[in-house]
Amino acid sequence: MNSLHMLIFIPFVFAMAIPLLYKLFHPKIHLGWFVLLIPLVIFLHLFRYIPLVAKGDHLTTSLAWLPSVEMNLDFYIDGLALLFGLLISGIGVLVIIYSIFYLSKHREELHKFYMYLMMFMGAMLGLVFSDNIFILYGFWELTSISSFLLIAFWYERKSSRDGAMKSLLITVFGGLCMFAGMIMLTLITDTYSIREMILNVEFVQAHKLFIPVIICILLGAFTKSAQFPFSIWLPGAMEAPTPVSAYLHSATMVKAGIYLVARFTPVFGGSSVWFWLVSGIGIITLLYGSITAVRQTDLKALLAYSTISQLGLIMSLLGIGSLTFYFGPSEHGVTYSMAIFAAIFHLFNHSMFKGSLFMVVGIIDHETGTRDIRRLGGLMQLMPVSFTVALIGGFSMAGLPPFNGFLSKEMFFKAVNDVRVAEIFHLETLGMLFPLLAWIASIFTFVYSMILVFKTFSGKYRQEKLNRDVHEAPFGMLIPSVILAFFVVVIFFFPNVFSKYLLKPAFVAILPMFTIDKVDIKISAWHGWNTELLMTIGVVIMGSLLFITVKRWVPLLKQYPQWLTLNNLFEKSLEKVERYSLTITNRYMTGSIRHYFIYIFSFFVIVLAGSLLLLHGIQFDVSEDNVICIYDMGLVLGVMIAALTVLFTSNRMTAIVALSVVGYLVTMFFVIFRAPDLALTQMVVETVTTVLFLLCFYHLPKLQKNIGRIKFKLTNLIVSVATGLTITILALSSNSHKLFEPISYFFENAYELAGAKNIVNAILVDFRGFDTMLEISVLCIAGLGVYTLARFRMKGSDHNEAE
Amino acid sequence: METIMACLVGLLFTIGTYLVLSRQMLRIIFGLSIISHAVNLLILTSGGLKTGSAPLLDEKMAGFTDPLPQALILTAIVINFAVTALLLVLSYRSYQIFKTDDMERLRGNPDE
Repeated sequence: MNSLHMLIFIPFVFAMAIPLLYKLFHPKIHLGWFVLLIPLVIFLHLFRYIPLVAKGDHLTTSLAWLPSVEMNLDFYIDGLALLFGLLISGIGVLVIIYSIFYLSKHREELHKFYMYLMMFMGAMLGLVFSDNIFILYGFWELTSISSFLLIAFWYERKSSRDGAMKSLLITVFGGLCMFAGMIMLTLITDTYSIREMILNVEFVQAHKLFIPVIICILLGAFTKSAQFPFSIWLPGAMEAPTPVSAYLHSATMVKAGIYLVARFTPVFGGSSVWFWLVSGIGIITLLYGSITAVRQTDLKALLAYSTISQLGLIMSLLGIGSLTFYFGPSEHGVTYSMAIFAAIFHLFNHSMFKGSLFMVVGIIDHETGTRDIRRLGGLMQLMPVSFTVALIGGFSMAGLPPFNGFLSKEMFFKAVNDVRVAEIFHLETLGMLFPLLAWIASIFTFVYSMILVFKTFSGKYRQEKLNRDVHEAPFGMLIPSVILAFFVVVIFFFPNVFSKYLLKPAFVAILPMFTIDKVDIKISAWHGWNTELLMTIGVVIMGSLLFITVKRWVPLLKQYPQWLTLNNLFEKSLEKVERYSLTITNRYMTGSIRHYFIYIFSFFVIVLAGSLLLLHGIQFDVSEDNVICIYDMGLVLGVMIAALTVLFTSNRMTAIVALSVVGYLVTMFFVIFRAPDLALTQMVVETVTTVLFLLCFYHLPKLQKNIGRIKFKLTNLIVSVATGLTITILALSSNSHKLFEPISYFFENAYELAGAKNIVNAILVDFRGFDTMLEISVLCIAGLGVYTLARFRMKGSDHNEAE
Repeated sequence: METIMACLVGLLFTIGTYLVLSRQMLRIIFGLSIISHAVNLLILTSGGLKTGSAPLLDEKMAGFTDPLPQALILTAIVINFAVTALLLVLSYRSYQIFKTDDMERLRGNPDE
């Protein structure tokens, strides 16, 4: 256990302490102030690793958990993990400050909120630091679960519950697919460690399961990172409180898929399947998200689609960057490696500007009571600080200088332009699509950014559409968003500082063929009049034109039929699945015990008789049989007659008596088969059982003596005869097979080992003493059940009886 | 003897199964009881019948029957007793409450 393990477990441990703190300090002190300490400590602690990681080193640490199955808590810090760790804890600090002012300590169930949030933080940290692939998977699903709980935080709203359910269904579906992929991957590489997998790349790429593995793992990544067509859960997740949206659904959790793709790029990179899936889906998501965002009227929905679109952008960059593994560290390779760098850079920038934008939208919602663009406008004078933050965030998202988004957007344009010259994987023809789609998507990105900023803050202030007086948000809500906006600007002016300490180490963590001191990446805002700059200028011109005319063409987008949307398709198919599965289930779950018994017996017959037939196990060998004397025959006949009497009699008493006759005759069998203990026990038990039967029906005077003749049913006959036959065949075959020597000679030492001359008793009380103890427990439980049922009356049942 | 016993066990199973598939609760209990007798005999048969004396070390006999099936059956008898008793009381109570012992009329609520 070292400090890195501590870091990951602190949030979980603290989550357990939260109810206690809540009891002690609620409602005097807002719970958030205590929780704030945790991400702060983690952030500061992770900060200490920066010098180490900036040198290109990494740190591994292991804690034995289940060493026998190689499941150990192996954590490691390299550039990529550290970048994510800092984002998780850093934005965590800001989000918690924000939440202190956003969530009222009087109205909200804060202890639950912060417990879920801590659970998420720990899971997310565990996810990015795990080296063991299955530990990673465990944390991965834990983030899905905590996300579900947080989305459904206002669970009294139906939309919250629906959104939570949808996100859980989609992300867990993807997670399970990913799990399958991971199992295949461990089978191929014979290791659970991701770093060792990277060393065994050639096995993976040559294996016949290569493509299934890629598809399964990418399903996990795409569902988590809301890639097309799995993106539908993210807008639904906007029902969560805004701090959650800012934290999980823009800055951290949705980037887990990006993290996974980046982490596995060294394993799968260089193959055409990986390239086309990652970059293709990425660029489609980018376009889909940006166009859909434009027609949103809810600010949070707009941000959700913009997040989808930006995640697509990062994904496509990772796909393009994977070409580096095809070309190796050659000149071409270095060109494409820049896409990876751009991906990391944009991921970093996106967390900043999107975080600040979410916070501003939360402020607007908090202060005006609405997020609907149609009701908002002219807030600039009333909320100057929020407006400034929104302006910075929005312009950065649109890719304008002097904000960090401009830098990474330029790098993105460069990467998509470079794709054309790759001349592999059909890129010489299809490669043209990349810059084209990227450019179109960027225009729409520009438009929705402008809508976000100007439709809410400029124009006419419409007091009549709002229910309250609007003023600037409290200080504590502004601070976190201002800090993020501040970074948005700072990164633009000093990108290379961040690059040196954070981005480059992450870069070499993804691309192990480069060493950190050899990487020469300078980020600069001005490259001269190159294609990228011209593309940006084109985006601004086209975007401005479209923004001015937005009222004319957005209605066209809204013409898109509602029933054809992904969301609708998902919901309709879910509804259908539920209905059909209910119909199918109702068809066999009839509530009739007879049907259930038929299933059980048929299954038994099919499996047993089937395997006997298939494995040629049926054998008859009567040579070892013992002699039959007349006395035995008499007993056999007696049992038969008594059992048949139970079957055919229509009198209750006769049936009970016949049943006890069967029991006593079985006792006689035990006697002649040299089992005195059994005979004694059976005798006692049979007597007691008979008395019980009689007692039971003595006390039910209303029950008629006559139970009627048993009704003949052909199905019952077939099932029961088949069962009986199977048993007979099984008994005969097992008598004819002697696969192993009996183990009973062991018990001949009963006297020496257990001091008992009665071997059966020695087995029961000594050799298998625990079995007997549990048997007695069963007897006790049954006795309690009998007593309770016989003595106590359930509430309400008395009422029933009286009727 | 083993062959005869195997056939008897099969017959008991047939009767027991047929009873279990009937509608009256009492018959279901009868059926389970008969099946449990059959199972005991099946276990005993599979250990070999009448191959020696009773498994008591006192008797100075050369060999004795396999004690292991007997130990298993002893456990089974007791458990069967517990199950039968519980089922009986259960059926008694449910008859008191629902006024019927017809399993088809004791089906669950369709909305469950």
